[in-house]
Amino acid sequence: MLISGAKIVVETLIEQGCSTVFGYPGGQVINLFDELYLCRDRIDHVLTAHEQGAAHAADGYARATGKVGVVIATSGPGATNLVTGIATAYLDSVPLIAITGNVPCGLIGRDSFQEVDIVGITMPITKHNFIVKDINELADTLRTAFKIAKSGRPGPVLVDIPKDVQVAKCEFEPKTQPVIPYPIPFAPDDKLEKAADMINAAERPYIYFGGGIISGKASEELITLAEKIDAPMGCSLMGLSAVPCDHPLFLGMQGMHGHYASSVAEDEADLVIALGARFSDRATGNKNRFSKNFRIIHIDIDGAELHKNISADLAIKGDIKDSVSRLTELVGEKKRPQWEERISQLRQEELQRTENALRSGKAAQHQLRPYDIVDIISAYADDAVIATDVGQHQMWTAQRYPLKKPRTFITSGGLGTMGFGMGAAIGASIASGKRAVLFTGDGSFGMDLNELATAVSRNIPLVVVIFNNNSLGMVRQWQTLFFDGHYSNTVLDRSTDFVKLAEAFGAKGARASSKEELEKAAAEAFAVSGPFVIDCTVDCDEFVLPMLPPGGSIDDIITEIK
Amino acid sequence: MDQYVIGVIVSNVSGVLSRVSGMFTRRGFNIDCLTVGETESSGFSRITVAFHGDDDIKERIVQQLQKLHDVREVEVLSRTETVVRELLLIKIRNKADSRQDIMTAVEIFRSKIVDYSPTALICELTGETSKIDAFIELLKPYGIMEMCRTGIVAIERGDNCLKTVK
Repeated sequence: MLISGAKIVVETLIEQGCSTVFGYPGGQVINLFDELYLCRDRIDHVLTAHEQGAAHAADGYARATGKVGVVIATSGPGATNLVTGIATAYLDSVPLIAITGNVPCGLIGRDSFQEVDIVGITMPITKHNFIVKDINELADTLRTAFKIAKSGRPGPVLVDIPKDVQVAKCEFEPKTQPVIPYPIPFAPDDKLEKAADMINAAERPYIYFGGGIISGKASEELITLAEKIDAPMGCSLMGLSAVPCDHPLFLGMQGMHGHYASSVAEDEADLVIALGARFSDRATGNKNRFSKNFRIIHIDIDGAELHKNISADLAIKGDIKDSVSRLTELVGEKKRPQWEERISQLRQEELQRTENALRSGKAAQHQLRPYDIVDIISAYADDAVIATDVGQHQMWTAQRYPLKKPRTFITSGGLGTMGFGMGAAIGASIASGKRAVLFTGDGSFGMDLNELATAVSRNIPLVVVIFNNNSLGMVRQWQTLFFDGHYSNTVLDRSTDFVKLAEAFGAKGARASSKEELEKAAAEAFAVSGPFVIDCTVDCDEFVLPMLPPGGSIDDIITEIK
Repeated sequence: MDQYVIGVIVSNVSGVLSRVSGMFTRRGFNIDCLTVGETESSGFSRITVAFHGDDDIKERIVQQLQKLHDVREVEVLSRTETVVRELLLIKIRNKADSRQDIMTAVEIFRSKIVDYSPTALICELTGETSKIDAFIELLKPYGIMEMCRTGIVAIERGDNCLKTVK
């Protein structure tokens, strides 16, 4: 049957198992949106307030489920508004398809109205991208895009479709099944055996895992390995939620704002087993000092990550789930009482430090402390999906929130995108069918609060918790520590009333400046079916601790501010 | 730092050169030269990249190249078992007092004069980079008007081939 390019796009999306797309219409995608209208009973299009929000929503959708997220935008500004969203997905290895319209082929290259070279612009922030100039290649290009997005280490793919290709017609034959990913490389036996030997010989092994455990669905395998070799586990920001936070061997996030016990244990280890992680500078600090005391086994699906940031003593390219489970079979079961004792000592120290920090500090007793906010909200949140924006609130949440299941923590790790949270939380809620909780700051929320409109029109069960300290807290913290307290442009002298703002958008809201008020607000927020904004007053001199200074190391760890 | 030469087989599609060269820019790798041309199969092009670096950088470049969707095959060419060639076109001022010296240089280097006018002459030379460099150095005193070199192409000796179809 002869059908239009626009219809081919919609039919191919449905064929690939896509039931929800996010986007924003415009001149060069009118045809595509016409088909979305005609197929609205088979595929749901979520209209956001801004294309960036749509990109983050598709990203949150993908992170919450592991499915490929799809975002659609028009040419020119529509396409460029996706750029931050695509880069965010790229840095965090999220499978995402961005479909953009473009001016008709004959107008390309002439600086036509709303024309940009989005393929050129997104080349370094996509796994691959396409411009489809021949309608006969449209369906297969989209299928290839899905294949690339979900194969190996996942990532975003952009498909740019000029308007005349959407209008043209050609034969279309739907496939009965979604594309299957390219075959995964398996780790060679001899290398895994060598890894097992290193683990068996180690006295103080430490497992450092990243987001690869979540995208590789290897949580169970990881825990089995850790238990068999009696190794404590720490993770990067992206690894959070892969392992239940209350697992006895889990020490929490390591690195710049990681848990004290986790970072110190890593430093005292004699072997670090890195699984699906990439040794980002936020995880390592000073690279020369970082691995001074231990040897490294690095297993990752992406060969380009091996030896990229840190040279490993043994680097293995392979599927993480398969590699870890085969490795577990090869290693000997072992208890390490001395190491265990040291770890529990570190945990005790950490607990003491946290307690002290909670009791002291500049904020008076009756004020809301950051950890109080996380604790109170988590008591109400049940099995909600947790999303964050970027900044201090993100780190407090990452340190404190008792995450239980993979894919329940949606945060922008690699790119650190302020303004990520609202879109991502909406996408995650739609994908999972669950309530979402967004922890954000007054700075970040200022960048994405327009998406409250989306949350209201879709009646998304979303609790937005603002850590409102009237400042850009993370930068302020750096200014306090490293710039002699020059608070250049980090004091937000805005008189935004977030409760009124929520109401103006058609949502509900409440303000909380004490634990009691927050309890009351939370009780109300989690009882309503739609979006609810809680504006929490936080002191601007609350710090995220511990902190390894940028480029510093565990030797420079800051655990208290005098 | 050593020089490495990498042969890359890529799908012959629009934008592929940008993707490959963009990877070098994006990752901060410096290229000495890059050439691209047809292969024995019409669907594929062959890119030859030369760069200076250590073993670590070489490995990272290979790994990053292999991740590109349009890249079919990547191989670091053996330093000793590879034929490397570059082509030079160089225009020199044609003056009576230097003409004979230029002719001698052309003959010794097995270069060819491919254009001759009252004011200028163009020499063509093929060879390894070091030979081309030496030739240019020799001609400098006679007044180089303009020159253009292709960058290297390289192919391994013997049976070893970069295949266009895996």
